[in-house]
Amino acid sequence: MMNRASKTVYIMMIYGFLYLPILVLCIYSFNNASYSSLWHGFTMKWYAVLLQDNDLLRVVIHSLTISTIAATTAVILGTLAAVALYRYHFKGKQIFLGSIFVLIILPDIVMGIALLILYHALHIPLGFWTLLIAHITFCLPFVIITVLARMSDFDENIFEAARDLGASEAIMFLRIIVPMLLPAIIASWLLSFTLSMDDVIISFFVSGPSYQILPLYIYSLVRLGIKPEINALCTIMFAVTLVLVTCSQILFKKKL
Amino acid sequence: MNSDRLFTRFAIGINAAWLTLFALVPIILILIVSFLKPDPNFFVLMHFSPRSYLTLINPIYLKVFARSLLLALITAGCCLCIGYPFAFILAQLKTRFKPLLLLLVIIPFWTSSLLRSYAMVILLEAHGILNSFLLRWHIISQPLHLLYTNTAVLIGLVYCLLPFMILPLYANIEKLDLRLIEAARDLGASHLQAFGKVIIPLTLPGIISGTVLVLLPAMTLFYIPDLLGGAKSLLLGNLIQMQFLYTGNWPQGSAVSIALTVLMSLLLLLYLRLIPKAQRSQPL
Repeated sequence: MMNRASKTVYIMMIYGFLYLPILVLCIYSFNNASYSSLWHGFTMKWYAVLLQDNDLLRVVIHSLTISTIAATTAVILGTLAAVALYRYHFKGKQIFLGSIFVLIILPDIVMGIALLILYHALHIPLGFWTLLIAHITFCLPFVIITVLARMSDFDENIFEAARDLGASEAIMFLRIIVPMLLPAIIASWLLSFTLSMDDVIISFFVSGPSYQILPLYIYSLVRLGIKPEINALCTIMFAVTLVLVTCSQILFKKKL
Repeated sequence: MNSDRLFTRFAIGINAAWLTLFALVPIILILIVSFLKPDPNFFVLMHFSPRSYLTLINPIYLKVFARSLLLALITAGCCLCIGYPFAFILAQLKTRFKPLLLLLVIIPFWTSSLLRSYAMVILLEAHGILNSFLLRWHIISQPLHLLYTNTAVLIGLVYCLLPFMILPLYANIEKLDLRLIEAARDLGASHLQAFGKVIIPLTLPGIISGTVLVLLPAMTLFYIPDLLGGAKSLLLGNLIQMQFLYTGNWPQGSAVSIALTVLMSLLLLLYLRLIPKAQRSQPL
């Protein structure tokens, strides 16, 4: 088949394809020119512009609030679900698992309009709560799958031992299962947070003018064209994703 | 014992209740709305009407549907052709940097597609870096007008969705026993036969998972045509977005979404029919 050198070249080309646009974006965010593809020297002024933008800061705080609460709630609910799915047999278990998978591949736009119709039918005004509920709902299946995958590595004897020593299910959950799952739980929190910070499509349908969030703010800006401040903002967003995903992967790989 | 049952019920009940209320009920509502009459004041009139579905067979809609599906299939095809060899080589690599190389695929998987599409705009624009580079090395004599064409949308879709193809393929290929190729070769199969009759069938779960994960977003990521150009109603996602936000025809938008959900279900059924249970890979 292919020899070693051509394999290396091929791999490098694909990594180049994946990273070149992002790299160019990052480099331009430090370019001392407002509209040019040529290099005019290093500057941090676009980042300074961002810091003085009060609208942006408010939107960032909104997004951080939504993502933190959504990720935390999804992780609590999802961990409970994953433990229940792993430990107990109950009616409709297969249906429950099946619907989790369906929710993961369901196109975002369908979930977005589904929730929009629900809110409209219930006369709930679009804003903080509608966004929060939507974000918890789309993070939940990811948490359940991630934590469940991790639980299958568990040694079942631990539960037997705890039972013999008189632990109830609730005690076992809090004192044994959660501590053992902690790396996976933190990893899925980080991924939920990332998912929530990046979501455009679902938020697009369920947010109102009263509560703007960062991905939609960026969307409204990038539609207007290329600006160095947006490059700086996107660079920060990318750096945050990079750190969160790297941490989550390290935690998830960690041996118990 | 009683408190144990309470805990179990709580753990399952709260999740089942949440997903029923905020996922199942809303999806049923789409189905109901799709059979109602539109109200000019941005909701629906409570009259049964199959009109939204009759409109779907209208040539204008069929054209958008066909064009969106075609674009999605081309995107999935490109991702498969680029991603399959990549996943294969990556899975076979024996280096201590392998976790790092894999992480470098996982990071774009989780990075916002909006941000990545915007990065693509910078790369492709007429005075952008790609054109400057090609002009300087005399590969082209005039700047290419890539941006705001359907090609740009295709490049953007492939760029955004490639990691969604690579990761399921990698998970599948990594478990593959490579001695099977040698066995096939020993039994007289050519390279091509070994690949077509041994490798492809064994990696089919990965191929189908990857295709499903690429195909559906490729029909719905409405901001990609918005940023990179091409026809305004290029994707099914743009059509749904327009029905809900500009035309105010919710039943029509719902009917299009139902059509999309039916397509998704068909893909799932295909996966379940083709792949024996033991071989099914996790979607992520």
